[in-house]
Amino acid sequence: MSIPADLKYTKSHEWARLEADGTVTVGITHHAQDLLGDMVFVENPTVGRVLAAGEECAVVESVKAASDVYAPVAGEVVAVNEGVESSPESINQDPYAAWMFKVKPVGDLSALMGADAYQAHVESEAH
Amino acid sequence: MADLKHTPFNAKHHEAHAKLVDFSGWEMPIHYGSQIEEHHIIRRGAGMFDVSHMLPVDVKGADARAFLRTLVANNVDKLQTSGKALYSCMLHEGGGVVDDLIIYFMREDWFRIVVNAGCADKDMAWMETQRDRLAPGLEITPRRDLAMIAVQGPQAPACLWEAMPGLEDVAAPLKPFNAVVVGEMFVARTGYTGEDGFEIMLPAKAATFFWQALLDAGVKPCGLGARDTLRLEAGMNLYGQDMDASTTPLESGLAWTVDLKSERDFIGKDALLRLPRERQLVGLKLLDKGVLRNHQKVVTAAGEGEITSGSFSPTLGVSIALARVPTGVNPGDTVEVEIRDKRLCAAVVKYPFVRHGKALV
Repeated sequence: MSIPADLKYTKSHEWARLEADGTVTVGITHHAQDLLGDMVFVENPTVGRVLAAGEECAVVESVKAASDVYAPVAGEVVAVNEGVESSPESINQDPYAAWMFKVKPVGDLSALMGADAYQAHVESEAH
Repeated sequence: MADLKHTPFNAKHHEAHAKLVDFSGWEMPIHYGSQIEEHHIIRRGAGMFDVSHMLPVDVKGADARAFLRTLVANNVDKLQTSGKALYSCMLHEGGGVVDDLIIYFMREDWFRIVVNAGCADKDMAWMETQRDRLAPGLEITPRRDLAMIAVQGPQAPACLWEAMPGLEDVAAPLKPFNAVVVGEMFVARTGYTGEDGFEIMLPAKAATFFWQALLDAGVKPCGLGARDTLRLEAGMNLYGQDMDASTTPLESGLAWTVDLKSERDFIGKDALLRLPRERQLVGLKLLDKGVLRNHQKVVTAAGEGEITSGSFSPTLGVSIALARVPTGVNPGDTVEVEIRDKRLCAAVVKYPFVRHGKALV
């Protein structure tokens, strides 16, 4: 399982990356796409929507099931990746390149987990 | 998953790193990597499914045909040549479906029935109760000693002949929905995918050898995930979703499997003749972007309905579904489906959606 050390993670299996311009890029983890299987549909939030931390804001659907995606941080959606909407399978191929949306955050990422804590969280869920 | 039952192919699934799930109490492969790839393999090449969780049941005795005439909604008198198969529902007195099954006629004193895994215990109890009432001398034997494998796809026959030299001579002449006994193997030209192929029962002890021979002949293992999208595209019902004890076959797209013409009486017949037909099963093809799922509400000009089986169709590249809606909804109509906070448009279509690799809608 791939859990890059430079990203932050949520218990609901989103990853978040603080960019140099101060925005936060969001996607779902390798573990999340592995659980869901072949992706067939992605619905992103609209640009301009203001999200609370933990709010349901996007949907990914695999052949098997639909799954909500939650905002890792509070803030305004400033960009969405239309590429994952037209090619949902890109999330299976490389979930850390296939980002979903970018947020201009209100706070910082300190409430999120690092790679080690996320790894432990995934393992705890497997038992 | 220590508490789950294992089929004779279980070790082969672990060897192939299958993703295993609890399916009706059995540890079964949902996929071996990619459900969509496995779906395409069956449409274009040859794949195999472990279906040993399903239960073969032998009905033996002089009264076998008379018993089955009463037990199931389709008419076993359609079975006149050895090996011929019949798809039918087994009904409660109230017309609801106990299970759907395939009956193979082998001899006048031997019929073989294959029932769903999740219904196996309840079906055995039901059949034994009816047997005690109608034909006390009849033997009804569950065959958990058998493994069952479905080899499906346009290349399935060629691969099977390669894996089992000698089988071609006896199995190649089989027409669809016919079976033949070959030594200890029971080979039927049936399936649940809409493609050519065979369902084969064999002694459990020979299972891993047979699986390996098929692997060596190029047959790819496919999981129950692909089996579900294949059967949905092929417009085949799934028990527990598209029909169950609370629905009749007539409102489940299965009128073609119910014989109401002959004088024959069968369990549930009175109810089917008496109950008004207010609902029907139709096909849906989503026109907007999204994925149709089980239990989503369908809004039509004739009233509300519900999706019974919905998924993404890998062959068509769009979402499709079976839905139970009021009678009066017709192919060509457009309906709305509630998905989360939206209402999306879907076309009512005739199904099957796909047959023998070709899109039909």
